[in-house]
Amino acid sequence: MAWVNAIIQGVLTGGLYALFACGLSLMFGVMKVVNLAHGDLAVVAGYIAIGVIAVTHIPVLWSFLIVVPVMALLGYVLQRTVIQSALDRSVLTTLMVTFGLSVVIENGLLQFFTANSRAIGSGLPLVSGSFRLGSQIQIGYLLVVVFAVAVVVLLGLQYFLSASRYGRLIRAVADDREAAQLAGADYRHVFGIAAALAFGTVALGGIAYGMYSQLSPTTGTDTILLFAFAAVVIGGLGSLWGTLVGGVVLGVAQQIGAQINISDELLAGFIVFLAVLVLRPQGLITRRAQS
Amino acid sequence: MTGPGNGERAETGTPLLEVSDLVVHHGQLRALDGISLRVFPGEVYAIIGANGAGKSTLLRTIAGLHHPTAGSVRFDGRDVTGLRPERRARQGILMVPEGRRLFGSLSVDENLQVGASYARPGPWTIERVYEMFGWMRERRNQLTAQLSGGEQQTVAIGRALVANPRMLLLDELSLGLAPVVVQRIYGMLPEILATGLTVLLVEQDVSQALRVASHLQCLLEGRTTLEGRPADVTADQVEAAYFGLAPAASTGQAGEGSEP
Repeated sequence: MAWVNAIIQGVLTGGLYALFACGLSLMFGVMKVVNLAHGDLAVVAGYIAIGVIAVTHIPVLWSFLIVVPVMALLGYVLQRTVIQSALDRSVLTTLMVTFGLSVVIENGLLQFFTANSRAIGSGLPLVSGSFRLGSQIQIGYLLVVVFAVAVVVLLGLQYFLSASRYGRLIRAVADDREAAQLAGADYRHVFGIAAALAFGTVALGGIAYGMYSQLSPTTGTDTILLFAFAAVVIGGLGSLWGTLVGGVVLGVAQQIGAQINISDELLAGFIVFLAVLVLRPQGLITRRAQS
Repeated sequence: MTGPGNGERAETGTPLLEVSDLVVHHGQLRALDGISLRVFPGEVYAIIGANGAGKSTLLRTIAGLHHPTAGSVRFDGRDVTGLRPERRARQGILMVPEGRRLFGSLSVDENLQVGASYARPGPWTIERVYEMFGWMRERRNQLTAQLSGGEQQTVAIGRALVANPRMLLLDELSLGLAPVVVQRIYGMLPEILATGLTVLLVEQDVSQALRVASHLQCLLEGRTTLEGRPADVTADQVEAAYFGLAPAASTGQAGEGSEP
């Protein structure tokens, strides 16, 4: 039963990891940017949520209504300015620029908010409550909700990309930027929209992680970015649903590792990550239609 | 070196496209060295020349994909030299790029929809393209990689048409296609022209270009070596201009398959 419990917990954690990963995957798929500040932006979103809740006293759960648009806007602006000017030089420059962004964000957070950890909405029934299946399996409401949110986000992204005008343009620009320009598309604007989607989704991941665990200025790189990378690589680069598959595989591996020995939780996850890199470097899910 | 001034052309009114003394560098290489041309509404203007003559560079510069070191591009009386490609596309300069460049992970229908994203008002719609090419409607949900080369080229033309171009730039339509397919594709040109647009095309296949063009210009190493109406130039002149031989040296056998 303990194993079943581990697997259920792992699957549900996969939803959280998918929220970390889908934006990273989208930005890489569309503009070949590996955003090393991705995790830090999730933390920024979490801190903004804490601030918004403290100032406006809106219910904790509704804070995303403010935080997600703010982060999406930040994504568009950062893409159109800092990241685009790095892209104009070379794709490699974006690695350095986003790494620099990561350092700046972390130190900014340390400066203004100290190294203390903060949690979001601790004490809420949703956050601390759980239900039982049988005698040994206990499932937290929060993870179930987060998993559902992740599925809804991925469905929404998929619908947007496949059926909307800008979704089509995002895919067209990812295929052939120059041909898209010849059709009248301003690829910088399209990149900005893709970045807004990425930042919006990782904002949800940051808030969810603040409720599930705690946020500190370094959580972005030592936890969120690493898990996002692992989920993207396991699932398959550029595949949207692959990030959920990758997140679930990572989550299950971690929980099984923890079941064997509590200190092996992270190790087990990264062993699976390395195994996928060696045995199936294209990831478990591959994108349709290479041309 | 035939200059301009072959009277018969309708040179009244303003040219739709006017390129003046265009110089384009690829690094150190001077790819275009002072090219000028004027395309009037309704014309089929053909640029011919050997590999590396600068034809594609000229077309790409007109579309905005290359930046000239000197000279200007005017479209409908306005200077567009500094405009980005997407701005020019929205003003009605649409290019069908060399090698077709369809969006590989999009279906045929989605390719056309992207083409129509910034369409100007006009006669062309996706529906009309489907009416013109019945097979395309049947295969609208297929990925373009599943189409033959000729079918892909047709989709690429359709993708440009649905934007309702005023000026259609066609870059090497015949590249990599069987002669029969090339004939069929050029056969569509009259129907396209009937909707009131102007065509500037680049073609390595000289006989094909002479067959459809109302005006032609031959490039060699980035310079103009011949310009005129197909009816006014002889096969020898074309051959000499194409290969850079001394002009009009002999009057005898015609160059292979390039009779006007």
